[in-house]
Amino acid sequence: MDYSLNFIWFMLLGVLLTGYGILDGFDLGVGILHPIAKTDEERRLIINSIGPLWDGNEVWLVTFAGALFAAFPDVYAMAFSSFYTNLMIILCALIFRAVSIEFRSKHPSSFWRQFWDACFFLSSLSASFLFGYIVGQLFLGLPIDGQLELHKEKMSVLEFYPVITGLLAVATCAMHGSIFLYLKTEGELQERIHNYIWHTYGIFVMVYMLTTIFTLTQIPSATSNLKHYPWLWSVVLINIMAIGNIPRTIFLKQPGYAFLSSIATIGALAALFGIAIFPNLIVSSIDPSLSLNIYNSASSQGTLKTMLFIAVLGLPFVLSYTVIVYWVFHGKVALGKFSY
Amino acid sequence: MHLDVVLLSRLQFALTLMFHYIFPPLTIGLGLLMVIIEWLWLKTKDPFYKSMALFWTKLFAINFAMGVATGLVMEFQFGTNWAIYSRFVGDIFGSALASEAIFAFFLESGFLAVLVFGWDRVSPKMHFFSTCMVALGSLFSSVWITIANSWQQTPAGYHIVKSANGFWRAEVTDFWAMCFNPSMVHRMLHVWLGCFILGAFFALSVGAFYILKNQHTKFAKKTIEISLVYAAISSLAMLGSGHFQADAVAVNQPAKLAAFEGHYQTGSGGTPLYAFGWPDEQEKKVKFGLAIPGMLSMLVHGNFDQPVTGLDKFPEEDRPPVFIPFQTYHLMIALGMAFIVLSLLGLVLLKYNLLFQQRWLMWLYVFGVLGAYTANEAGWIAAEVGRQPWVVYGLLRTKDGVSHSVTAEQVLGSMIMFGILYSFLFVVWVMVMNTRIQAGPPVVADIVKEDEKLAPVAKKGVGQFMALIGNLLQRGPASLSETWRGAAPTSNAKAAPELKQELKQEHEQEPKQHQKEDEP
Repeated sequence: MDYSLNFIWFMLLGVLLTGYGILDGFDLGVGILHPIAKTDEERRLIINSIGPLWDGNEVWLVTFAGALFAAFPDVYAMAFSSFYTNLMIILCALIFRAVSIEFRSKHPSSFWRQFWDACFFLSSLSASFLFGYIVGQLFLGLPIDGQLELHKEKMSVLEFYPVITGLLAVATCAMHGSIFLYLKTEGELQERIHNYIWHTYGIFVMVYMLTTIFTLTQIPSATSNLKHYPWLWSVVLINIMAIGNIPRTIFLKQPGYAFLSSIATIGALAALFGIAIFPNLIVSSIDPSLSLNIYNSASSQGTLKTMLFIAVLGLPFVLSYTVIVYWVFHGKVALGKFSY
Repeated sequence: MHLDVVLLSRLQFALTLMFHYIFPPLTIGLGLLMVIIEWLWLKTKDPFYKSMALFWTKLFAINFAMGVATGLVMEFQFGTNWAIYSRFVGDIFGSALASEAIFAFFLESGFLAVLVFGWDRVSPKMHFFSTCMVALGSLFSSVWITIANSWQQTPAGYHIVKSANGFWRAEVTDFWAMCFNPSMVHRMLHVWLGCFILGAFFALSVGAFYILKNQHTKFAKKTIEISLVYAAISSLAMLGSGHFQADAVAVNQPAKLAAFEGHYQTGSGGTPLYAFGWPDEQEKKVKFGLAIPGMLSMLVHGNFDQPVTGLDKFPEEDRPPVFIPFQTYHLMIALGMAFIVLSLLGLVLLKYNLLFQQRWLMWLYVFGVLGAYTANEAGWIAAEVGRQPWVVYGLLRTKDGVSHSVTAEQVLGSMIMFGILYSFLFVVWVMVMNTRIQAGPPVVADIVKEDEKLAPVAKKGVGQFMALIGNLLQRGPASLSETWRGAAPTSNAKAAPELKQELKQEHEQEPKQHQKEDEP
């Protein structure tokens, strides 16, 4: 086992990315499911279920990007400049998402509200799809050479695999979001959402299986770490059990457990991604030996140590704010004077 | 037409940063104002202050959301457009950005939720605490980003080594020397004061607007009183800060100071200081200017005779452009002086009870906020353009920092996208802010009525939380879903169902036919 600072930072980045997936996962999902609302009150309830939370959830992405910049600057530079257009669209989507939540309630006209509703839905959908797309593209590897230059001509524009992972991201968010909404709503809306959980779950399982088949057949290197460390199969097991537990708990009307299971599902999926690429961060599709890994692309040991200190110092605070906010806003969502 | 990736990336960075920089300075400035107002509320228990706090909270929230949304662009852009730069500075710049997220953003975003949505969910003390934490978080955030920016201007605490991938880069040797690099402390104070001035003039503008329209007079007068004091203190402190800042530039970045002052030829004898002028880059002199002889020498060296280093002492390729830094720098200073005059004049008139009759002055205050925005933006332009041709002063040139894999067409495309998006958002932002300001602060009597109804709920506190944790430990997450499914004990909706109904009706402004319409 590897206990270097580089490895610790690989794990910490994994934690940040997983945290982002779990937290923003449900609010992106809420955005994707937003069109199921039938009245303006329902739309407001759905938006307000994430109203106080989405902003803190997005901070996990900001922290992930900052930590990647600090710990593995070569990877940050390579990945962000390679996915230029994708990231620009994601930024555009995230801006629209933020302002549509904020501006929607500020004017009563129906055109105004419908416009921001559409923005909210489309931006949630495209952001989650593109996140998945980028992960799929990273799975396949990027055509980088020894001089850290990207050979764009060797990059196919639209491959099938990233599209599948993009869909998986959308399906996962939708499922996660529907369970979250089930927890936060009541009455007739909750009944309707209950049905949607089954739909989103069904779609998720289908896309999940499709992704698994494609990963195993197209990317043989994905399982090499599992062969070296057989105990990692437990992650696969957790993943399958968590996915299996969702319909059971929904059927038993235990949405709290279902939400925990879907959190575990996302966590395990992120862990499997980490296991598949470790110790690389960006695989070179030209020659695997040119890949950017956690050793050749890291910051200096001094900086990794300082940053670890900062992370250890900051983490208890981060967790306590998160707990406070989720506690203050726990329970069913209700529309009040201060709602969106 | 030949498109230049470096120029386009610079323009895009300037566009996205300047748009972003409309929002955080206001939230920093307003944050402190809200702390003051809520403290007054806690101390006096006067619901009037609560109505003030509620009013500013709403405007604050809109600007905060815009700041978050546009801020993410900044963080991504280092990697997307400036990959080589990111590789070079990652060891240093990255740690500052990550620290900003860990120490500041979580604090801000967490407590912002309580600040905006928590009025009827937490006690007034807890709410005040949240407001303080949001204000503190926004200050923390500015500390880290100023560290990062200052390091680019005056690098310290680093050495240049070859990375494992075979590229030269800067690595931290001394973390504290890196943080407290030579220009950091001055810059920090300067940025903060800029934010405070903006916050004060923003509040002043709203107050003066109500006075002119003869609405919400009590609110307006109180706002003007508080913000005039706030503005006067900040603007006077800015005078000192600006002076130290210029002194530091003279020592750390003499080429930049020469650009600020349009000082092309070192010459002999004292160097003049221009109050205004028109630098001509071809002829290398300032035209149509008003110069105070020897004044720059006085400010830099403390005497009128010793010449200040001019641009001619620097190799051609290391000279910054002059026109933009000169004009933005002078504009910023002129505005800074105007802030002092406006705020002191207001205070004097206030003392003799003459202030609120002066309609011309009220009009000046209404538009004064535009000056405060302009001064903040101009300061940024002067600082960054004055640093050229370097992206990291003396270490890495801007033209060498740009991403190799990004084409000019891509940057042009994203710039057009941001251009359209931001123009649209700007219009919507102005509209929404205008609606909010026109609507005015909430009526004090209503607040009193609601607070009476909410009183029993607001008292519940930490005990409930411990009970929740206890339940969770004893009976596992099932208890959580029970609370969520059924009787959430702290939810106001359950505690006061008739209030919920009332509030709902109040908020329902929706035309009925909308409810039957199809999904978007």
